[in-house]
Amino acid sequence: MSPETDTQFVSVGEPKRRLPGVEGVWVFVMADMTVFAVLFGFFMVGRLHNPALFEASRHDLNPNFGGVNTLILLTSSWFAALALDAVRKSRFALAQRFIGGAFLCGLAFAVSKAIEYTEKLNAGISLLTNDFFMYYFTLTGIHLFHVIAGSVVLLVLWFKARSRSFDPERPVVLECGAIYWHMVDLLWIILFPLLYLVR
Amino acid sequence: MELLCKPVSIVWAALMLATCASTWLLSKNSVTPEVATVAIVLIAAFKVRLVIGYFMEVRRAPLALRLVCDGWLVAVTALIVTVYLV
Repeated sequence: MSPETDTQFVSVGEPKRRLPGVEGVWVFVMADMTVFAVLFGFFMVGRLHNPALFEASRHDLNPNFGGVNTLILLTSSWFAALALDAVRKSRFALAQRFIGGAFLCGLAFAVSKAIEYTEKLNAGISLLTNDFFMYYFTLTGIHLFHVIAGSVVLLVLWFKARSRSFDPERPVVLECGAIYWHMVDLLWIILFPLLYLVR
Repeated sequence: MELLCKPVSIVWAALMLATCASTWLLSKNSVTPEVATVAIVLIAAFKVRLVIGYFMEVRRAPLALRLVCDGWLVAVTALIVTVYLV
Protein backbone atom coordinates (compact mmCIF):
# COMPACT_ATOMS: atom_id res chain seq x y z
CA MET A 1 0.00 0.00 0.00
CA SER A 2 1.39 3.42 -0.92
CA PRO A 3 1.91 6.03 1.83
CA GLU A 4 -0.86 8.17 0.30
CA THR A 5 -3.50 5.49 0.69
CA ASP A 6 -2.30 4.01 3.96
CA THR A 7 -4.82 5.49 6.37
CA GLN A 8 -5.46 2.51 8.62
CA PHE A 9 -3.55 4.00 11.56
CA VAL A 10 -5.16 7.43 11.32
CA SER A 11 -7.95 8.04 13.78
CA VAL A 12 -11.24 9.35 12.46
CA GLY A 13 -11.54 13.16 12.43
CA GLU A 14 -7.79 13.72 12.49
CA PRO A 15 -6.42 14.36 9.02
CA LYS A 16 -3.06 12.75 8.28
CA ARG A 17 -0.09 15.10 8.32
CA ARG A 18 1.22 15.85 4.85
CA LEU A 19 3.43 18.36 3.10
CA PRO A 20 1.42 21.02 1.22
CA GLY A 21 2.72 21.45 -2.35
CA VAL A 22 6.03 19.75 -3.13
CA GLU A 23 9.42 19.80 -1.39
CA GLY A 24 10.95 21.97 -4.12
CA VAL A 25 8.58 24.88 -3.55
CA TRP A 26 9.44 24.89 0.16
CA VAL A 27 13.17 24.95 -0.60
CA PHE A 28 12.58 27.92 -2.92
CA VAL A 29 10.29 29.72 -0.46
CA MET A 30 12.63 29.18 2.52
CA ALA A 31 15.63 30.39 0.48
CA ASP A 32 13.71 33.52 -0.52
CA MET A 33 12.58 34.09 3.07
CA THR A 34 16.17 33.72 4.29
CA VAL A 35 17.36 36.38 1.83
CA PHE A 36 14.64 38.70 3.12
CA ALA A 37 15.59 37.92 6.74
CA VAL A 38 19.15 39.08 5.95
CA LEU A 39 17.78 42.25 4.28
CA PHE A 40 15.60 42.94 7.36
CA GLY A 41 18.76 42.59 9.46
CA PHE A 42 20.71 45.03 7.22
CA PHE A 43 17.88 47.56 7.53
CA MET A 44 17.79 47.32 11.33
CA VAL A 45 21.59 47.67 11.57
CA GLY A 46 21.42 50.69 9.22
CA ARG A 47 18.77 52.16 11.50
CA LEU A 48 20.95 51.47 14.56
CA HIS A 49 23.77 53.54 13.05
CA ASN A 50 21.57 56.54 12.25
CA PRO A 51 18.28 56.43 14.19
CA ALA A 52 17.55 60.17 13.83
CA LEU A 53 17.79 60.07 10.02
CA PHE A 54 15.67 56.90 9.79
CA GLU A 55 13.01 58.35 12.11
CA ALA A 56 12.87 61.67 10.23
CA SER A 57 12.72 59.92 6.84
CA ARG A 58 10.00 57.52 8.04
CA HIS A 59 7.72 60.53 8.54
CA ASP A 60 7.92 61.20 4.79
CA LEU A 61 6.14 57.87 4.21
CA ASN A 62 2.36 57.65 4.31
CA PRO A 63 1.39 54.72 6.61
CA ASN A 64 -2.09 54.69 5.04
CA PHE A 65 -0.53 53.33 1.83
CA GLY A 66 1.32 50.61 3.77
CA GLY A 67 -1.71 49.71 5.90
CA VAL A 68 -4.13 49.52 2.98
CA ASN A 69 -1.60 47.50 0.97
CA THR A 70 -1.37 45.03 3.88
CA LEU A 71 -5.18 44.68 3.93
CA ILE A 72 -5.13 44.13 0.14
CA LEU A 73 -2.49 41.36 0.32
CA LEU A 74 -4.19 39.66 3.29
CA THR A 75 -7.46 39.58 1.35
CA SER A 76 -5.63 38.26 -1.69
CA SER A 77 -4.11 35.45 0.42
CA TRP A 78 -7.55 34.64 1.81
CA PHE A 79 -8.92 34.35 -1.75
CA ALA A 80 -6.05 31.99 -2.65
CA ALA A 81 -6.83 29.80 0.39
CA LEU A 82 -10.54 29.78 -0.52
CA ALA A 83 -9.68 28.84 -4.12
CA LEU A 84 -7.74 25.81 -2.89
CA ASP A 85 -10.67 24.81 -0.68
CA ALA A 86 -13.07 25.15 -3.65
CA VAL A 87 -10.88 23.02 -5.96
CA ARG A 88 -10.70 20.28 -3.30
CA LYS A 89 -14.51 20.22 -3.46
CA SER A 90 -14.37 20.14 -7.31
CA ARG A 91 -16.03 23.58 -7.44
CA PHE A 92 -13.86 24.85 -10.29
CA ALA A 93 -16.02 27.84 -11.31
CA LEU A 94 -15.94 29.14 -7.73
CA ALA A 95 -12.18 28.50 -7.50
CA GLN A 96 -11.71 30.47 -10.71
CA ARG A 97 -13.54 33.45 -9.20
CA PHE A 98 -11.40 33.32 -6.05
CA ILE A 99 -8.17 33.10 -8.06
CA GLY A 100 -9.43 36.06 -10.12
CA GLY A 101 -10.05 37.97 -6.88
CA ALA A 102 -6.55 37.17 -5.63
CA PHE A 103 -5.08 38.34 -8.95
CA LEU A 104 -7.03 41.63 -8.87
CA CYS A 105 -5.78 42.27 -5.32
CA GLY A 106 -2.21 41.72 -6.55
CA LEU A 107 -2.87 44.22 -9.31
CA ALA A 108 -4.34 46.71 -6.82
CA PHE A 109 -1.20 46.38 -4.67
CA ALA A 110 1.03 47.10 -7.67
CA VAL A 111 -1.06 50.13 -8.69
CA SER A 112 -1.03 51.50 -5.14
CA LYS A 113 2.76 51.03 -4.99
CA ALA A 114 3.14 52.83 -8.33
CA ILE A 115 1.10 55.78 -7.00
CA GLU A 116 3.23 55.82 -3.84
CA TYR A 117 6.51 55.74 -5.81
CA THR A 118 5.28 58.54 -8.10
CA GLU A 119 4.33 60.65 -5.07
CA LYS A 120 7.82 60.17 -3.62
CA LEU A 121 9.64 60.90 -6.87
CA ASN A 122 7.51 64.03 -7.46
CA ALA A 123 8.51 65.21 -3.96
CA GLY A 124 12.15 64.85 -5.00
CA ILE A 125 12.70 61.68 -2.95
CA SER A 126 14.59 58.87 -4.66
CA LEU A 127 16.86 55.90 -4.01
CA LEU A 128 19.77 58.33 -3.70
CA THR A 129 18.17 60.68 -1.14
CA ASN A 130 19.63 58.91 1.92
CA ASP A 131 20.25 55.47 3.47
CA PHE A 132 16.64 55.10 4.63
CA PHE A 133 15.23 55.67 1.16
CA MET A 134 17.90 53.43 -0.37
CA TYR A 135 16.50 50.64 1.83
CA TYR A 136 12.90 51.73 1.22
CA PHE A 137 13.14 51.62 -2.58
CA THR A 138 15.33 48.48 -2.65
CA LEU A 139 13.26 46.40 -0.21
CA THR A 140 9.85 47.46 -1.54
CA GLY A 141 11.16 47.15 -5.13
CA ILE A 142 12.31 43.54 -4.60
CA HIS A 143 9.01 42.81 -2.89
CA LEU A 144 7.03 44.44 -5.73
CA PHE A 145 8.89 42.20 -8.19
CA HIS A 146 7.64 39.21 -6.15
CA VAL A 147 4.07 40.60 -6.28
CA ILE A 148 4.27 40.94 -10.07
CA ALA A 149 5.72 37.42 -10.47
CA GLY A 150 3.02 36.05 -8.14
CA SER A 151 0.29 37.84 -10.12
CA VAL A 152 1.54 36.16 -13.32
CA VAL A 153 1.42 32.79 -11.49
CA LEU A 154 -2.17 33.56 -10.38
CA LEU A 155 -3.13 34.37 -13.98
CA VAL A 156 -1.78 30.97 -15.11
CA LEU A 157 -3.68 29.28 -12.26
CA TRP A 158 -6.87 31.12 -13.32
CA PHE A 159 -6.61 29.58 -16.81
CA LYS A 160 -5.89 26.18 -15.27
CA ALA A 161 -9.01 26.47 -13.10
CA ARG A 162 -11.02 27.43 -16.18
CA SER A 163 -9.88 24.30 -18.00
CA ARG A 164 -10.44 22.26 -14.79
CA SER A 165 -6.90 20.93 -14.97
CA PHE A 166 -6.46 20.45 -11.22
CA ASP A 167 -6.81 17.12 -9.44
CA PRO A 168 -9.28 17.80 -6.58
CA GLU A 169 -7.65 15.00 -4.56
CA ARG A 170 -4.20 16.58 -4.76
CA PRO A 171 -4.09 19.99 -6.57
CA VAL A 172 -0.29 20.25 -6.24
CA VAL A 173 0.21 23.06 -8.78
CA LEU A 174 -2.41 25.25 -7.11
CA GLU A 175 -0.95 24.45 -3.67
CA CYS A 176 2.54 25.50 -4.83
CA GLY A 177 1.24 28.74 -6.38
CA ALA A 178 -0.75 29.53 -3.22
CA ILE A 179 2.28 28.84 -0.96
CA TYR A 180 4.37 31.29 -3.01
CA TRP A 181 1.58 33.90 -2.88
CA HIS A 182 1.21 33.54 0.91
CA MET A 183 4.99 34.04 1.23
CA VAL A 184 4.68 37.34 -0.68
CA ASP A 185 1.97 38.30 1.81
CA LEU A 186 3.93 37.34 4.94
CA LEU A 187 7.08 39.16 3.79
CA TRP A 188 5.02 42.34 3.42
CA ILE A 189 3.51 41.77 6.90
CA ILE A 190 7.05 42.26 8.29
CA LEU A 191 8.35 44.77 5.75
CA PHE A 192 5.47 47.20 6.30
CA PRO A 193 5.95 47.83 10.06
CA LEU A 194 9.74 47.80 9.63
CA LEU A 195 9.70 50.68 7.15
CA TYR A 196 6.57 52.61 8.12
CA LEU A 197 5.88 52.02 11.82
CA VAL A 198 9.06 51.26 13.81
CA ARG A 199 9.93 54.48 15.64
CA MET B 1 -22.47 32.63 5.35
CA GLU B 2 -20.84 29.21 4.96
CA LEU B 3 -17.84 31.05 3.54
CA LEU B 4 -17.41 33.25 6.62
CA CYS B 5 -17.47 30.30 9.05
CA LYS B 6 -14.40 28.62 7.54
CA PRO B 7 -11.27 28.70 9.73
CA VAL B 8 -9.37 30.61 6.99
CA SER B 9 -12.09 33.28 7.02
CA ILE B 10 -11.91 33.72 10.79
CA VAL B 11 -8.11 33.94 10.50
CA TRP B 12 -8.48 36.52 7.71
CA ALA B 13 -10.78 38.67 9.93
CA ALA B 14 -8.26 38.45 12.81
CA LEU B 15 -5.43 39.46 10.45
CA MET B 16 -7.41 42.46 9.18
CA LEU B 17 -8.20 43.61 12.74
CA ALA B 18 -4.58 43.17 13.88
CA THR B 19 -3.40 45.20 10.88
CA CYS B 20 -5.80 48.04 11.67
CA ALA B 21 -4.67 48.03 15.33
CA SER B 22 -0.97 48.21 14.35
CA THR B 23 -1.39 50.80 11.63
CA TRP B 24 -3.92 53.20 13.01
CA LEU B 25 -3.87 52.75 16.82
CA LEU B 26 -0.42 51.70 18.04
CA SER B 27 1.35 54.09 15.67
CA LYS B 28 -0.14 57.05 17.55
CA ASN B 29 1.80 58.71 20.36
CA SER B 30 -0.30 57.29 23.22
CA VAL B 31 2.47 54.85 24.28
CA THR B 32 6.27 55.13 24.36
CA PRO B 33 8.08 54.40 21.06
CA GLU B 34 9.73 51.29 22.58
CA VAL B 35 6.44 49.77 23.76
CA ALA B 36 4.69 50.61 20.48
CA THR B 37 7.52 49.22 18.33
CA VAL B 38 7.90 45.96 20.26
CA ALA B 39 4.10 45.50 20.26
CA ILE B 40 3.91 46.20 16.51
CA VAL B 41 6.71 43.71 15.73
CA LEU B 42 5.13 41.03 17.96
CA ILE B 43 1.73 41.57 16.32
CA ALA B 44 3.44 41.19 12.91
CA ALA B 45 5.06 37.92 14.10
CA PHE B 46 1.65 36.67 15.31
CA LYS B 47 0.13 37.54 11.92
CA VAL B 48 2.93 35.73 10.07
CA ARG B 49 2.37 32.62 12.20
CA LEU B 50 -1.33 32.67 11.33
CA VAL B 51 -0.52 32.99 7.61
CA ILE B 52 2.02 30.14 7.77
CA GLY B 53 -0.24 27.90 9.88
CA TYR B 54 -3.63 28.41 8.27
CA PHE B 55 -3.08 29.84 4.76
CA MET B 56 0.06 27.84 3.94
CA GLU B 57 -1.44 24.87 5.83
CA VAL B 58 1.78 24.26 7.74
CA ARG B 59 -0.14 23.44 10.94
CA ARG B 60 -1.07 20.13 9.24
CA ALA B 61 2.42 19.62 7.78
CA PRO B 62 5.12 17.27 9.08
CA LEU B 63 7.04 18.39 12.17
CA ALA B 64 10.23 19.23 10.24
CA LEU B 65 8.51 21.92 8.16
CA ARG B 66 6.74 23.35 11.20
CA LEU B 67 10.06 23.62 13.01
CA VAL B 68 11.78 25.29 10.04
CA CYS B 69 8.97 27.85 9.68
CA ASP B 70 8.81 28.60 13.42
CA GLY B 71 12.62 28.78 13.53
CA TRP B 72 12.64 31.38 10.75
CA LEU B 73 9.94 33.44 12.48
CA VAL B 74 11.64 33.34 15.90
CA ALA B 75 15.01 34.27 14.34
CA VAL B 76 13.57 37.22 12.37
CA THR B 77 11.53 38.53 15.31
CA ALA B 78 14.46 38.18 17.73
CA LEU B 79 16.81 39.88 15.24
CA ILE B 80 14.51 42.90 14.76
CA VAL B 81 13.64 43.34 18.44
CA THR B 82 17.23 42.81 19.65
CA VAL B 83 18.82 45.25 17.19
CA TYR B 84 16.06 47.77 17.94
CA LEU B 85 16.54 47.59 21.71
CA VAL B 86 20.38 47.68 21.62
